[in-house]
Amino acid sequence: MAFISSGYNPDKPMEDRITDIGPRKYDEFYPPVIAQNKGKWLYHEILEPGILVHVSETGDEVYTIRVGGCRLMSVTHIRELCEIADKHCDGHLRFTTRNNIEFMVDAKDKVDPLKQDLLSRKFEGGSAKFPIGGTGAGITNIIHTQGWIHCHTPATDASGTVKATMDVLFDDFTNMRLPAHLRVSMACCLNMCGAVHCSDIAILGYHRKPPMLDHEYLDKMCEIPLAIAACPTAAIKPAKVVLADGTKVNSVAIKNERCMFCGNCYTMCPSMPLADDVGDGIVLMVGGKVSNRISNPKFSKVVVAFIPNEMPRWPTMTKVIKKIVETYANDANKYERLGEWAERIGWEKFFEKCEIEFTHHLIDDFRDPAYYTWRQTSNFKF
Amino acid sequence: MAKHETPLLDQLESGPWPSFVSDLKQEAASRAKNEKGVEFQTPVDAVEDLLGVLELSYKHGRTHWKHGGIVGVFGYGGGVIGRYCDQPEMFPGVAHFHTMRISQPAGKYYTTEYLKQLCDLWEFRGSGITNMHGSTGDIIFIGTSTPQLEEIFYELTHTFNQDLGGSGSNLRTPSDCIGSSRCEYACYDTQAICHELTNEYQDELHRPAFPYKFKFKFDGCPNCCVASIARSDMSFIGTWKDDIRIDQEAVKAYVAGEIPSNAGAHAGRDWGPFDIQKEVVGLCPTGCMRYEGGKLEINTPECTRCMHCINVMPRALRIGNDRGLSILVGAKAPILDGAQMGSLLVPFIKVEEPYDEIKAVIESIWDWWMEEGKNRERLGELIKRQGFQALLTATGIKAVPQHVIEPRSNPYIFWKEDEVEGGWERDVTEYRKYHQR
Repeated sequence: MAFISSGYNPDKPMEDRITDIGPRKYDEFYPPVIAQNKGKWLYHEILEPGILVHVSETGDEVYTIRVGGCRLMSVTHIRELCEIADKHCDGHLRFTTRNNIEFMVDAKDKVDPLKQDLLSRKFEGGSAKFPIGGTGAGITNIIHTQGWIHCHTPATDASGTVKATMDVLFDDFTNMRLPAHLRVSMACCLNMCGAVHCSDIAILGYHRKPPMLDHEYLDKMCEIPLAIAACPTAAIKPAKVVLADGTKVNSVAIKNERCMFCGNCYTMCPSMPLADDVGDGIVLMVGGKVSNRISNPKFSKVVVAFIPNEMPRWPTMTKVIKKIVETYANDANKYERLGEWAERIGWEKFFEKCEIEFTHHLIDDFRDPAYYTWRQTSNFKF
Repeated sequence: MAKHETPLLDQLESGPWPSFVSDLKQEAASRAKNEKGVEFQTPVDAVEDLLGVLELSYKHGRTHWKHGGIVGVFGYGGGVIGRYCDQPEMFPGVAHFHTMRISQPAGKYYTTEYLKQLCDLWEFRGSGITNMHGSTGDIIFIGTSTPQLEEIFYELTHTFNQDLGGSGSNLRTPSDCIGSSRCEYACYDTQAICHELTNEYQDELHRPAFPYKFKFKFDGCPNCCVASIARSDMSFIGTWKDDIRIDQEAVKAYVAGEIPSNAGAHAGRDWGPFDIQKEVVGLCPTGCMRYEGGKLEINTPECTRCMHCINVMPRALRIGNDRGLSILVGAKAPILDGAQMGSLLVPFIKVEEPYDEIKAVIESIWDWWMEEGKNRERLGELIKRQGFQALLTATGIKAVPQHVIEPRSNPYIFWKEDEVEGGWERDVTEYRKYHQR
């Protein structure tokens, strides 16, 4: 593996250096039908799950086939996407915010060959490469984070929990039978790179044990004041510690009962690892939304405080998710998002209908907003 | 023959949803075969070892990745995230496995020509594994070593006219919805402003000068497909001020069942015939609609533009013509002080190039936050700590009732001295002439 230079000269890093040029300009990449009709679209229609038509005032139409993708994607897979787009879409494609891929064609007779091509492709292990769906009143792709594939703070895996969940929810990816669309999101720790806090169903990795302290290395590896300042609950204080060999070192002490397991200290200080095979697992949250449609955007609420990590398929977690989706599908009114449904029937009924045990962990005790979630009325349901 | 046994991961190859394990395996096999004779600059078995380390995490229930360490390209403080494996002897192919964030084009449209070039570069100099895309929006290259960073950056900037994205206490790479490029609901050109502001603020994006991360996201309408209201420090949401345009003939066609309601979004179940009273008029959150004598009326001053009626009847109802955007500020995920939704700061602003008015709001917020924000304090947390009024003072925006859901229910107003006639300096001796001790 001989090193091959790109032309960059490490002795003169500023020579011919190009910086601050930003991304490529979006309109270099527009398919012609998009470039010609931008701002002129009149309406759209979902012809079948995953297939849309947009109609322009010029009379032009663009047909879009949406397929689910893993956000974790190899160059081999991307090249296959390109091969399909070269064959059917004149070399254009796009990705959605939720890791779907959209293939666009400018005439109806091009839809079916593209569709058949997409559906014919499978991975060697048997899973679909390009499942068509993710539109309308169904479940689209899960946005998620890195998990064990590439992150230092996760409390669970991301790609694996997503694969297990989408396998269970697959029929609702390819169908539109739900009362409204249902967005599932996944974040592998409390930092929520996936911003799952406003999703209909949120899968969240969570630690439950305070950090361990690697006293021998802590002061060498970390800026102690930064680790202390990183704690949102002021649970960390400086401490002098005597090691087994009698050496005195500067380190920290943790007030364990104050720890909320966020891992911020670990991000600042690698000598404070939290990860634990038994302590770590899944929190389920439900009822959030970001759209302003009918009701205001909402945060997701914690409905299951903890489910253990059950590799490789998290069966307890997917069973609870499936039960929530089925109960919502059967009980909610047309147009009602999951959170709107839960609010209408009352959360006490949500737990009853979804057969989820309510525990004290689900009552907010984190700072001021907690009070506003307690019931300040005599109106409730038995 | 796979380098590592992966019995747990193998169980994620079955089932209908695309298997990331199968994809990793095909990449591992492709590298091992190397039909094109690529002179890999990252170990040929990197993906084998990635599968191996992931399998170990499935066995242990814990991650095997360490902290970043400071790596990057010269002159930038963002765009590269260092990553090292904590079992480098077992998995040498991923011992050094840094992430690069590549600034994505607005709207995430690509030509295959460009994607294939990126693939060639990343297969040659990195692991060949990506995220399309990361949560913030960037193209993510997963896995390369420190000596390759400058080479990749040189190649990207010189050959591809392409820059890195943001990470750390920077402006993060802005992202947008599909906007007017393929959506009739878009109230402004999200791609144009996303691209323009990304370029305008390249310095803020590449060189950390902020207390913490800062995100812009652009939603073309209140449906909020990029979730700007939940996850961006400044959320730009398209809106309009005048009447929703109504095509009464199309309304009748919906009522008659000639056009599928909801653009077909509910077609997977028989919900019965479309009922405009129940499904549109009755669900309007402000009750500003009426359907009588075959005519739909909307009382515009009462409408809050929630999009429901437009979503249900897109061929009959269209967004108004007097368009602009609302700016909401301070959204963030829960770390540290709890989740925050964006709060409305600017109810309406026109979206006109070169966006000077919008840039003025952005820059006044940054000036305030950089002056007053603590280390790792998001904008939303600063607003909570100092109060919404402090934000209004910093931005020079006048308080309007639209800023609140309801006025305060406590009277503990912190009057300022200059708001009270005569100020706070008084003469107690004069007071005592009339009031005994």
